[in-house]
Amino acid sequence: MTVWIFRRLIQAVFVMLAMTVIVFVGVNVIGDPVEILISPDADQAERIRAIAALGLDKPLWEQYLRFLWGAVRGDLGRSFVFNEPALQLISQRMPATLELAVTAVLLAVVLGIPLGLLAGLYPHSLFGRLAMAGSILGFSLPSFWVGLMFIMIFAVQLGWLPSTGRGATVTVFGIPWSFLTRDGLAHMAMPAFNLALGNIALVLRLTRSGVRENMPMDYVRFARAKGLSPQRVVFVHVLKNIMIPVVTVLGLQFGSTVAFAVVTESVFAWPGMGKLIIDSINVLDRPVIVAYLMMIVLMFVTINLIVDLLYTVLDPRVRIGGAE
Amino acid sequence: MARRVFAPLMAGLLATSPVSAQSLVMAFSGSPTSADPHYHTFSPNIALDSHSYNTLVDMDPKSRPIASLAESWRLVSPDTWEFKLRPGVKFHNGDDFTAEDVVYTLARVPTVLNSPGSFSIYTKSVVSSEVVDPHTIRLKTNGLYPLLPIDLTLVFMIPRRLGPNPLNEDFNNGRNAIGTGPYRMTSYKPGDRVELERFDGFWGKKPHWANVSVRMIPNDGARTASLLAGDVQFIEFVPTSDVARLGTDKRVALSQTDSLRLVFLWLNRSHQVAPPFVTGPNGEALTTNPLNDLRVRKALSMAINRNAIVERVMEGAAIPSNQFLAPGVSGHVADLAPVPFDIAAARALLAEAGYPKGFRITLHGPNDRYVNDGKIVQAIGQMWTRIGVETKVDAMTWTTYISRASKQEFSAFLLGWGISSGEASNPLRALVHTYDAASGWGSVNRGRYSNPQLDGMIKAAMAVADDKMREAALIDAERVAMEDVALIPIHIQKNIWAMRAGLTHTPRADERTLAMDLIPAP
Repeated sequence: MTVWIFRRLIQAVFVMLAMTVIVFVGVNVIGDPVEILISPDADQAERIRAIAALGLDKPLWEQYLRFLWGAVRGDLGRSFVFNEPALQLISQRMPATLELAVTAVLLAVVLGIPLGLLAGLYPHSLFGRLAMAGSILGFSLPSFWVGLMFIMIFAVQLGWLPSTGRGATVTVFGIPWSFLTRDGLAHMAMPAFNLALGNIALVLRLTRSGVRENMPMDYVRFARAKGLSPQRVVFVHVLKNIMIPVVTVLGLQFGSTVAFAVVTESVFAWPGMGKLIIDSINVLDRPVIVAYLMMIVLMFVTINLIVDLLYTVLDPRVRIGGAE
Repeated sequence: MARRVFAPLMAGLLATSPVSAQSLVMAFSGSPTSADPHYHTFSPNIALDSHSYNTLVDMDPKSRPIASLAESWRLVSPDTWEFKLRPGVKFHNGDDFTAEDVVYTLARVPTVLNSPGSFSIYTKSVVSSEVVDPHTIRLKTNGLYPLLPIDLTLVFMIPRRLGPNPLNEDFNNGRNAIGTGPYRMTSYKPGDRVELERFDGFWGKKPHWANVSVRMIPNDGARTASLLAGDVQFIEFVPTSDVARLGTDKRVALSQTDSLRLVFLWLNRSHQVAPPFVTGPNGEALTTNPLNDLRVRKALSMAINRNAIVERVMEGAAIPSNQFLAPGVSGHVADLAPVPFDIAAARALLAEAGYPKGFRITLHGPNDRYVNDGKIVQAIGQMWTRIGVETKVDAMTWTTYISRASKQEFSAFLLGWGISSGEASNPLRALVHTYDAASGWGSVNRGRYSNPQLDGMIKAAMAVADDKMREAALIDAERVAMEDVALIPIHIQKNIWAMRAGLTHTPRADERTLAMDLIPAP
């Protein structure tokens, strides 16, 4: 087990290293940050000064090696735009994104699994059909459009919810969280639901197909024959068996939910990492782009690790590294 | 049923942020990158800084210089400007504002570390300063420099109390955020919001709002929706597609004015043979650069139906132009009308220039920088094709576009230019003067247009101390540039703001969104 975890960590380091090279070269091809950041009124001398100030007068390989040397010591560089350490910028924005993403995934679990169970148990009922039709919409509607529609309906027309931004925060362990205040929850309702929509549909469909697949199986029949109550059959036996794909997908989806909260964050002016990375890409703030992507890679690696460990809990037949 | 349970519940959950008659929530479309007024020459920063800091000379809504921390200024000798400072001005910390603070500020501006765009471009003409008395300062320039007062409209004064090398961080966390402006910054959350509180010791007119919250909402749709929902009372850069609808909405009022931003086309003049993307009518290589022929440039300009672009693409939010500046701004040439749209004359000019069958060209443009930029190049591409210049259109994201445009990789390409100085020497020096690193002129001459006669006229005009006479000399230079089609002007954008009904806004040519300009309607 330890060997296995160790091997995974080594892999992660290589993945991240590859990522830095790709991003460094990629961003360098896109364009010249000085052209974008500098005042249009700047003359040629000021351009040269700015290029030197941002360290862009050095050849690319030297910039890269400097970056690597800094990264080894935990310094991912300073943002060109904000003149703050990139890591600090990202970690300042992270709580806002995390609370949004966690809420979205929780919504997916809380709504998706029960709805999927119902739809799976009563596939031919009106509800079952509606759930399936609705889930197609959940998948296919572009989230920026749904977000804007939410704002138009719930904020502009009905006036129930604040349109954009993050609400009042409470500081816990030195980190400001908004889900602990009423105002914060009100601000979070629309963006979290917007972000959750696709996940709800996904979980609903997975659960439904799992239930439909498992219900006719022998173990369910035996359980019934044994005289177990229908609740016990569904909630203990069937649910446990269909959880593996759901957990896998939820794990991966959590990663994508964090990484791709970009759209929702832009539409709702949510001051999270997604908005930061979009702003940074727009002005070619290389250190922030590189640092952000490295954090995302790290997150995916960690999530995969956790998902693998969860399998062993859910399915006693899976024994990580045991066979070797 | 669901609604009966839900509605009161939601409504209860949601009593939105407290709104009093004295508080204003307004939305910027861009996010300031720092609260340090000398860190980055970036429009949202400057708009935000204008609330907390003052400059020696300010710009009125039409971008004409007016007194601010300096009550008056004059040239005492060709290379020396004297500024009389306003007495009785207090910083937010209670310190008096004096000439020493000016000296301190001018010294600090070029030393800001890691600045991605330094304000030193506005202070570099000052070679030395002399404090005559606490309220008189003389600034020496290298020879006559008539634009110093205008350059200083972008240099925000900070107190010398901050000591050597004040850090950006300390401006962001508020410790160093000490100015003389009408508002004090109480909180700065990058990319989210800035809170401002009225400074009661302000020397000028007391602004209406006691508290101002500046939200950053870059998404156009979300910004408009926030205004309609009443979460913000005042927004900038209203998308042109929303203007018509908002104009009929009783909850909302609009304000607009001609801006200082010209949208125009560059033609690549850096090649003797055909520049990139230019070929003969059948795709064959050309041995000459058609864009070097004045008749071709005139034809390309005449082929553009500017009125159609303004009406259909911009939905009225621009004025057609054949010069740098809008009417009413210093340097506007009254008798220089937009080029008339005339396909037959354009074709005739092309034939006369030796291109009876036209040629092929690609028109490049950004698609996420200027208002409707992608659609403008599409429209012009079709218009050029109608006179026989078969035009492909390639619109791309600004980050890629501007780097390539600066390397002369395009032949015909769209750019915009905001004339921050509000007078004609700025575009003449930066855009159409020959690219010259030594003088710093022609710095954004991306078409590499070069005309020694024009260069001479610009230089001569800059040696004129008297404002009226200099304006006349600059107007002559503008005429030469436009006659020679140094670039092809399309239109001057309008700036549009929207606010909740019951508020009145004084729109500004320089695009700055200021809480001071917004008051309840009488």
